[in-house]
Amino acid sequence: MKSYDLIVVGAGIVGAACADYASAAGLRVAIIEPGPIGGAATAAAMGHLVAMDDDPAEFVLAHYSLGLWEALTDLPQAEYSRCGTLWVAAGEEDLTRIPQKLARLSAAGVAARAIDAEELYRLEPILVAGLAGGLLVPHEAVVYPPAVARYLVERARQRGAEFYPIHASHLEASAGVRLEDGTGLSGPVLVTTGCALPQLLPGLPLRPRKGHLVITDRYPGTVHHQVLELGYADSAHGEADSSVAFNVQPRPTGQILIGSSREYSATTSEVSMPMVQRMLERTFRFMPALRQLDALRIWTGFRPVSADGLPYLGRVAGQQDVWVAAGHEGLGVTTSLGSAHLVIDQLLGRQPAIDPQPYDPARVAA
Amino acid sequence: MTDHYDVLVVGAGPAGLAAATAAASHGARVGLIDAQATAGGQVWRHDVEHGDTALARRNVAAALEHPGVTWLAQTRVVGVEAGALLVEDPKNARWLRYRALILATGARELLLPFPGWTLPGVTGAGGLQALVKQGWPLRGRRVVIAGSGPLLLAAAVTARRHGAQVLGIYEQASADNIQRFARSLWRWPGKAAQAVGMRAQLVGAPYRCGSVVRRAFGETHIQSIEVDGPRGLEQIACDHLAVGYGLLPNVELAQLLGCDLQLVGVHPRVSTDAQQRTSVEGIYATGELCGIGGRDSARFEGAIAGHAAVGDDAHVARLQRHRQHARRFAELLDRHFALDPRVHALAEPDTLICRCEDVPLSALDGYTDARSAKLATRCGMGACQGRICGSALAELARFPRNGSRPPLFPARLSTLGSDPSSVR
Amino acid sequence: MSALILIQVNGCDVEVPAGTSVAAAIARLELPFRRSVRGQWRAPLCGMGVCFECRVHIDGVAQQRACMVPVREGMQVSTDD
Repeated sequence: MKSYDLIVVGAGIVGAACADYASAAGLRVAIIEPGPIGGAATAAAMGHLVAMDDDPAEFVLAHYSLGLWEALTDLPQAEYSRCGTLWVAAGEEDLTRIPQKLARLSAAGVAARAIDAEELYRLEPILVAGLAGGLLVPHEAVVYPPAVARYLVERARQRGAEFYPIHASHLEASAGVRLEDGTGLSGPVLVTTGCALPQLLPGLPLRPRKGHLVITDRYPGTVHHQVLELGYADSAHGEADSSVAFNVQPRPTGQILIGSSREYSATTSEVSMPMVQRMLERTFRFMPALRQLDALRIWTGFRPVSADGLPYLGRVAGQQDVWVAAGHEGLGVTTSLGSAHLVIDQLLGRQPAIDPQPYDPARVAA
Repeated sequence: MTDHYDVLVVGAGPAGLAAATAAASHGARVGLIDAQATAGGQVWRHDVEHGDTALARRNVAAALEHPGVTWLAQTRVVGVEAGALLVEDPKNARWLRYRALILATGARELLLPFPGWTLPGVTGAGGLQALVKQGWPLRGRRVVIAGSGPLLLAAAVTARRHGAQVLGIYEQASADNIQRFARSLWRWPGKAAQAVGMRAQLVGAPYRCGSVVRRAFGETHIQSIEVDGPRGLEQIACDHLAVGYGLLPNVELAQLLGCDLQLVGVHPRVSTDAQQRTSVEGIYATGELCGIGGRDSARFEGAIAGHAAVGDDAHVARLQRHRQHARRFAELLDRHFALDPRVHALAEPDTLICRCEDVPLSALDGYTDARSAKLATRCGMGACQGRICGSALAELARFPRNGSRPPLFPARLSTLGSDPSSVR
Repeated sequence: MSALILIQVNGCDVEVPAGTSVAAAIARLELPFRRSVRGQWRAPLCGMGVCFECRVHIDGVAQQRACMVPVREGMQVSTDD
């Protein structure tokens, strides 16, 4: 039986980051991925690198991870574009959120500033008239996640990681994995299979949360920042079965990527025209000028949602040498690098750079 | 104007016109939509300079002037829901509801990559016909027609009628195959006469078999081509190259609706029974969509579907013999114009395959499915939604095209934002 | 003979018969249509709305297929430069 220092199951952006960091630390790594690398939630994601600050633990992980992303800014295939994040206040209530948000970001050392109406329209002239202001986080960026995942896997392979393009059927009772073709691999296992987590680790609750994205033809210069409504977190963190929020992104190609929708009860990947309609109506409330642009494609994806909205990062209680990095919901791209460091540092017996306790999967069993 | 139809027909070519006319003859309320500004499809496309043939005029008028038919021009299908299509025209979007849906979405050309095929001045063969009928200037231009199939002759005739100097017609099929095809044509006297008529109009333009255009040269516009024929390599200076390798069914809407497809070689067509019923209740498919058979099978199948959609089985039965005869012509085409392996080897590593995103062939090495290739290279991510490169890559035996999703064509965001519940 | 329609392409007048497509009107001026993402010049390929090589600005709206749009009096068309 072939043996490894670490068997990473799943090569989405989180698994890819783990394999990359583990191989850099000198571990002999196996990567198991039957589908395209970064082909599931990673490919469906917007690729917005953002410090969501609503939950303290989520914010710490995102902020830590954003620092690690700085090492990839010059990678051509990452299509890294530091467009910044512009949070827009829809009304008076949203305006009241700004001071708190600004305080949280500033306390963590994230550059951010409040924007008055005049500057708002200078930054994004096509915003609907009558908005009161917003908040700009200038250093945030967008990337092309599946290409980054492929790059990280490739880098791990160059350091000797071995790639198995096949399904992992189950975890062995003694540390290891059984592959679909009957091959057994032995060694510590790190499960990074996102929405497919329950197949290997049924003890960790995980719900898929469907999203839709629409991308336009190329209209360079139409939108300049990733623009979101300040109420975005209400949709992202709310428990409503379905919700939409205004969230548009300028791609380096000049295309505009439009989100976002969230649905718990939708289980098939088909595009839902009513959901797209709701999402675009929300978009037009903020950017009516987008109405006349052509959409090229619509796609859907599923965010892996943990029991409490925070990812499971660490050793799986009650199993021999099984680790997990999954359940990142909509922040998997942003937090992938930080998650990888947090888990692999623990696996290596190193002190992680941030407190691992909030993400410990044992919290769920407890 | 109502947005509810008993029978909704998508595509106003020979099949769709026949379907609309047949369904309306029973008193059904019929909606007829087409993305083009004028009815007739590609084969009866309106010619700005020369007008329409009597046959085209008669068939278009029969459908459009029928009081039971509502004609919706420049209307394209964007998405689907149960019993309804989301459509947009140049100004508005709306949902069209139907009891029965007849698909007559026709065909497009198989356009295959070769060095130089992205140069301005290189078009499809049917593409040239379509452009010329729209008023594209060809007077005095030196035109080469190439590729495969009977469409080449028709394209050459159209080009010449508009003043082009047709330097030659280069058919990839062998002379043996073409002669066998010509000898079989006696069973379709109309087509035989058409072929003879077209040849007569093309006196002086050589028709060369077993000949493939290997590359096109030019800086910002085509200047010459290299042809590989029985007599070796030949360089020809020209102003326009029209090259198409036959036709492919436009199956995307049928696919989005969930209709069963079957492959003819590597390209899909819609499966139907003898009444043109697809695998989905209430949805019919007709004409080129069910396999490339030309105008006659399209007309018979359109009429069959139109009658079947309103339950006139007797009429459907009477048309069966005609349908079968016309369909056998499709088999003849498949047999005699099969593509020479040389055609599959024209693209070089740096030849662009995806013209929307400028992806060369070499970038696609190692990928075995369209989605992986798209995620890694952007191949098929552009505005044509992989219609050109996807079909070419299937033909080149790289990988099949992806499935179908809304929007079926690039569509205005305002259309996708229109509320389905607004249709009552 | 059909009526003539006057449109402007990149500021130049061009008069064509009614029913002519914008693509054909542009061709009469011997103008290229668009630059590809790598900057190559492109012009119509399929002629029937499938290939999207003929996209131009029409009356201020970008990415319109010139082969699918008949000319209208006073239409303003611009191609890539």
